[in-house]
Amino acid sequence: MTTTDTILTAQGLTKSFGGVHALRGASITMRRGEVTALIGDNGAGKSTLVRCLSGIHRPDSGTITLDGAPVELASPLAARAHGIETVQQNLALVEDLTVWQNFFIGRELTRGVGPLRFLDRQAMREKAATMLSGLAVNAPPVTSRVRRLSGGQRQAVAIARAAGWGSSIVIMDEPTAALGVQETARVEEVVRRLRDSGVAVLLISHNFDQVLRLAQHVWVMRAGQAVAERRTSDTSGDELVALITGARAA
Amino acid sequence: MRAGTANAPAAAETVAPALPGRVSAAVAETRRLSFWAENAAPIGLVALVVVFSILSPTFLTLGNIQAMLIAAAILVILAVAQSFVITTGGIDLSISATMTVGAVGFGLVFRAGGSFWVAALVAVLAATAIGVVNGLLVAKGKVTDFIATLGTLGVATGAALILTDGKPISVLSPELLRLTTGRLGVVGYPFVVAVVIGVLAWVVMFRTRYGLHVQAVGGSEEAAVANGVKAPRVRIAVYVWAAALAGLASILLVARIGAAEPAINTNYLLNSIAAVVLGGVSLTGGRAKIVGPVLGALLLTALTNGLTLLAVSQFYQPLAVGLVVVLAALLTRFQKR
Repeated sequence: MTTTDTILTAQGLTKSFGGVHALRGASITMRRGEVTALIGDNGAGKSTLVRCLSGIHRPDSGTITLDGAPVELASPLAARAHGIETVQQNLALVEDLTVWQNFFIGRELTRGVGPLRFLDRQAMREKAATMLSGLAVNAPPVTSRVRRLSGGQRQAVAIARAAGWGSSIVIMDEPTAALGVQETARVEEVVRRLRDSGVAVLLISHNFDQVLRLAQHVWVMRAGQAVAERRTSDTSGDELVALITGARAA
Repeated sequence: MRAGTANAPAAAETVAPALPGRVSAAVAETRRLSFWAENAAPIGLVALVVVFSILSPTFLTLGNIQAMLIAAAILVILAVAQSFVITTGGIDLSISATMTVGAVGFGLVFRAGGSFWVAALVAVLAATAIGVVNGLLVAKGKVTDFIATLGTLGVATGAALILTDGKPISVLSPELLRLTTGRLGVVGYPFVVAVVIGVLAWVVMFRTRYGLHVQAVGGSEEAAVANGVKAPRVRIAVYVWAAALAGLASILLVARIGAAEPAINTNYLLNSIAAVVLGGVSLTGGRAKIVGPVLGALLLTALTNGLTLLAVSQFYQPLAVGLVVVLAALLTRFQKR
């Protein structure tokens, strides 16, 4: 299925933890401007694969290619430098800090020279507000503390932050798992807008309806391998379930 | 404070009959409690000043205020230092022992013929070295902050006793004399130093990248690290800065006493933590405050000063400090999060 639009290719990734083989030669591809879903039962290796792509784990073997060039994703920072941002399931937000502070932790804008560098608070507030309002419908004020935000707002903040750094790939792990219907719809809207802006989104989800709604392409994982791929336009929830359980061969 | 506890039941009685009234009163009560909790240090300070100035005519005289500010300087600096550590969710139990080591270092160098400035430099460096050990133990050795700094507290106290043979080293230096007696306007130099430290600490905490990282690590280390903050480095730095500030405070201490004493100074340790708690900083970290701990330090100093003026036995002072701190800690439960 490799086309010129392919932005990321993972080829034959393996990863073991002690005697547990979490990945046994998993291969997937992702396309630019599409939402690619990754589904599979618990323990199928989805999280490990995603962690390899976001630089948290280093695969024991296998290659990751970005735009045709092999890359070494040695750390989350390295992955980030290659334009891969991850929205972690725990969102990695500091609740005691404000929205704009969370946007810029680790990448603060400063002004001044040498040791006399101070935070450029206004610039950060404005940029965070722009980034957030570009994606989220009901964007919370950037000066509010994350602790006061709803689950959906937090998710939107985390996604907007990941998207806001010129990233070409955004990985999301169960972005709506803990959300109600309305909030889920809002977060899905954020994901759509992100896709429309040309970003490739890798979506891990247990919700088949959501996968069929949001994604264009699905990879099914079982026992440490990506066993099947489908265009969402050519598949159904029943088929996906069958592929996950192994009731139906790829 | 006495007035506050007397008012509360009275207010509850007046609205007791009507149920909607009781509900709205309860809402007002929580609002009032959170207001108290947020501003425990300034409110407490004002209350103490009012009470003591009524009970003692000397309390609000210029001379006494000057004396109080000078007496508060060391505690203000230690409280600011402790506030940085506590914001990361840690605690520095060795802070006063570190100050003692600084003082002893100052005394030894001075006795050996070193100038004031050399002695002062050695004081800060000796103290900073302990901070480096604390930082490495906590951040790299993954030793619980409580235990690590308890250990360095013992080591530092012992070292100070060994180095001085347990005897104070008297220090007579014109610079130290100027430091204790000199004034900028009506404010003594020690308090000027403390205010400068307080302002710098505020700027660092709220206006620099480092300060934001301190708050982020304290709020959620996991999230901070995921966003590229080097948490171990941030943690080491807070202990190093806290110790360096303790070293600076040790110079004020030597100036105040006129000698370098290998004393344990437990009071300073407990009061530095107490001031931070009074200042509304949560011991779990994440919410930074600088003005609060400074006011907390002033409050504790005013409390001791006022009790002394009222000729209350010294034995009652730790009791009073303890009660105030426990009350403040209870109040912080009602802070808005």
